[in-house]
Amino acid sequence: MPTASATSHPSSTLSTSTAPVREKPLMPEPQIAAIAVEKAYRKGDHQVPVLHGVDISVHKGEFLSIVGQSGSGKSTLLHLLGLLDAPDVGEVQLDGQRIDDLSERTRDELRNRVFGFVFQFYHLLPELSLMENVLVPLMIRHSIWGYWQRRREYQDRAREMIDRVGLGHRLTHRPSELSGGEMQRAAIARSLVARPEILLADEPTGNLDQATGRGIIELMAKLNEQERLTIIMVTHDQLIAAEAHRTVKLREGRIEPA
Amino acid sequence: MYKLILCQRYLRTRYIALASVISVTLGVATMIVVNSVMAGFSGEMRERIKGVLADVVIETRSTDGEPDAESHKALVRELIGKYVAGVTATVEMYGMLSFEYGGQFIPHPVTLIGIDPESKSEVGPLVDYLQSYHAQPDGKEVTPAERPLDQKPGWELTASAIERRQRVAEITHQRAQMLRELKKQRHGEAGQHEPAPRGAADDPFAELDGAVQNVAMQDVAAIAQPQDGRVYIGAGLISFPHKDEQSGEMRTVFMVRPGNDVKITTATAGIPTGAYFDATVVDVFQSGMSEYDSNFVFCNLEHLQKVRKMIRTNEDGSESRAITSVQIRLKDYRDSDKVVELLRTEFTPDRYTVRTWEQKQGPLLAAVDVESSILNILLFLIIAVAGFGILAIFFMIVVEKTRDIGILKALGASSSGVMSIFLSYGLSLGMVGSGVGVVAGLLFVHYINQIEGIITIITGHKVFDERIYYFKEIPTHVDPFTVCWVALGAITIAVVASILPARRAARLQPVQALRHE
Ligand SMILES: Nc1ncnc2c1ncn2[C@@H]1O[C@H](COP(=O)(O)OP(=O)(O)OP(=O)(O)O)[C@@H](O)[C@H]1O
Ligand SMILES: [Mg+2]
Repeated sequence: MPTASATSHPSSTLSTSTAPVREKPLMPEPQIAAIAVEKAYRKGDHQVPVLHGVDISVHKGEFLSIVGQSGSGKSTLLHLLGLLDAPDVGEVQLDGQRIDDLSERTRDELRNRVFGFVFQFYHLLPELSLMENVLVPLMIRHSIWGYWQRRREYQDRAREMIDRVGLGHRLTHRPSELSGGEMQRAAIARSLVARPEILLADEPTGNLDQATGRGIIELMAKLNEQERLTIIMVTHDQLIAAEAHRTVKLREGRIEPA
Repeated sequence: MYKLILCQRYLRTRYIALASVISVTLGVATMIVVNSVMAGFSGEMRERIKGVLADVVIETRSTDGEPDAESHKALVRELIGKYVAGVTATVEMYGMLSFEYGGQFIPHPVTLIGIDPESKSEVGPLVDYLQSYHAQPDGKEVTPAERPLDQKPGWELTASAIERRQRVAEITHQRAQMLRELKKQRHGEAGQHEPAPRGAADDPFAELDGAVQNVAMQDVAAIAQPQDGRVYIGAGLISFPHKDEQSGEMRTVFMVRPGNDVKITTATAGIPTGAYFDATVVDVFQSGMSEYDSNFVFCNLEHLQKVRKMIRTNEDGSESRAITSVQIRLKDYRDSDKVVELLRTEFTPDRYTVRTWEQKQGPLLAAVDVESSILNILLFLIIAVAGFGILAIFFMIVVEKTRDIGILKALGASSSGVMSIFLSYGLSLGMVGSGVGVVAGLLFVHYINQIEGIITIITGHKVFDERIYYFKEIPTHVDPFTVCWVALGAITIAVVASILPARRAARLQPVQALRHE
């Protein structure tokens, strides 16, 4: 099977440039953007600055990869974009609207409906089976009664998603019974089952061997192409970063052109 | 939905939390058992007090009493006729009982109550408390009941009592005859050899002379004739528990039995001076209230009135007999307050006191209530302590689950959603704990006598000796209201104990939680 991502590159209409506003007539507005965000962690008395004014914007259907040294603030940036944390300075915009200062309830809602998260360390819930783990976003979205009524539909959707990541034979297994690659694929299935608009993936291949990692990247590229899913992926691996439309580099909390 | 699933999974995978609710379970079970047994005891006790005292009691202030029974009864019926189920008039006074046992006279201060058994039994379950109406355990055997339950109580002796009396009479008669013979012989010998009669002081039989002469002259039937005074005597007055050295068994030894005679002296008070009379025991009274059983002697009213000189002959030749108290049973005890109020309008406080049995026994009942509420407070504190155990374990679980909480929040779970996981976790544990506790407690109460039996076999000690309490079995009364209250209280404690950890979990920021290791 030919690699989907490789073939998709030339046909992509998206620019790989780091300057987002230049393409205004083509792409009127970025889907998600971080504007001059700064973030520092407070450790006792002194502050540990992590991000020093990062600007980043991503259009709908774009596949962006973020690279950078360990500790450069990649995960922190991703968390800010995905509303898992709030910036000290600057703002995060979704479709031109500021979202980082919304009420907690609305941010919960956005996390559930707009973003799909794949974590560096999978973060599956150990008490639940693979199937249930994948269903969690849908369970969170719907009330008990609403979920119960349409559970067949949702289960079918989850099963389909799990099939797509190639884990159809592992439905009832617990995370502890899965390998690292399988857990990562399960995490991807979970992040996609609720049909998010933006997928935020934090080193989805970091703990995997080359071949498995490549399989996962191919899956993401395919989703990006077929469903115009916006993907922002953090990675260490230059080869994997090359699969994206565009790569940005973080160094000591600042964006550098790749 | 995720809340329910996670809550259920946490329950299934963390048995340590169940350990923390075992204390709740035990607390609930203990509370139910203790409350049921205490309610059983106090219910039984109230029943007995009420049975002996009647619902409402009117007492004269003067120990001499007021004449007479009929006019009092009539007045009572006139005042509160529609509430009344039974009325009886009695004479109550203090006295001294003494009887012979093992060659010695044993005295006892007693409350002497002159009753009319027939009307008394309309006021309270008199027959239930008389031994001759019930089979009596006697060592290993059981003596069958001597009177049928439908026989009205009276002052007749039972067949066995008459027989016993006959035997005693024969022995007494024989002994008297022998003594007389002996005496005659001695006198005869003395007449032959020693003309000077012996001094009375040297003659061991001299003081007996009069009585012996009397007895010896009578025939057996006359001696066996019961006295005019008849009594039902409290079991505690005439019996003592005795441990058989050989079999190790406890049994009650009766020093006086129906058919025997006892001596009664009434206390001197007022114009009718103290009286002294012999009475024949007709029956043994055993209510199970030791206060009554070791204090009460019921006597036939007419005789008591006579010896106490409470009978006055009116000018028209009719008699009026004084009484000191009127006992009333009501159709519905809930009317008692109204009834007391009505009675007080005529039975004025300068001459009478009108009280319900509860008011009369107020301090005792209050003591029981205080006891039970103190016990309840202590036991509830135990459950509260269990609550702190739950608190600690829940905190542990929240800390352990911090990362999972972060994941849930990252996936869009709200703070209230996360909080409700842990609240429902606490709620389920509380329900499981108190549910199991309720079931265990109720089972324990239901099989309490069997359990008592098993414990007795294991330890070789009688846990519950019916000879001490006069209960055949441990009385219990399960109050559904108390059970619900205890269960709800325990559940509330479990939920309250989970609020703090749940709030902590809800407040976590997603990133903080995710980075937690
Ligand atoms: N909660 C925190 N408190 C203090 N410092 C923090 C905290 N979280 C992150 N940091 C610091 O912020 C910096 C950036 O962390 P971040 O996780 O974003 O790095 P990263 O680029 O994702 O690294 P890696 O590639 O190893 O995952 C690090 O130096 C880290 O020590
Ligand atoms: Mg990282």
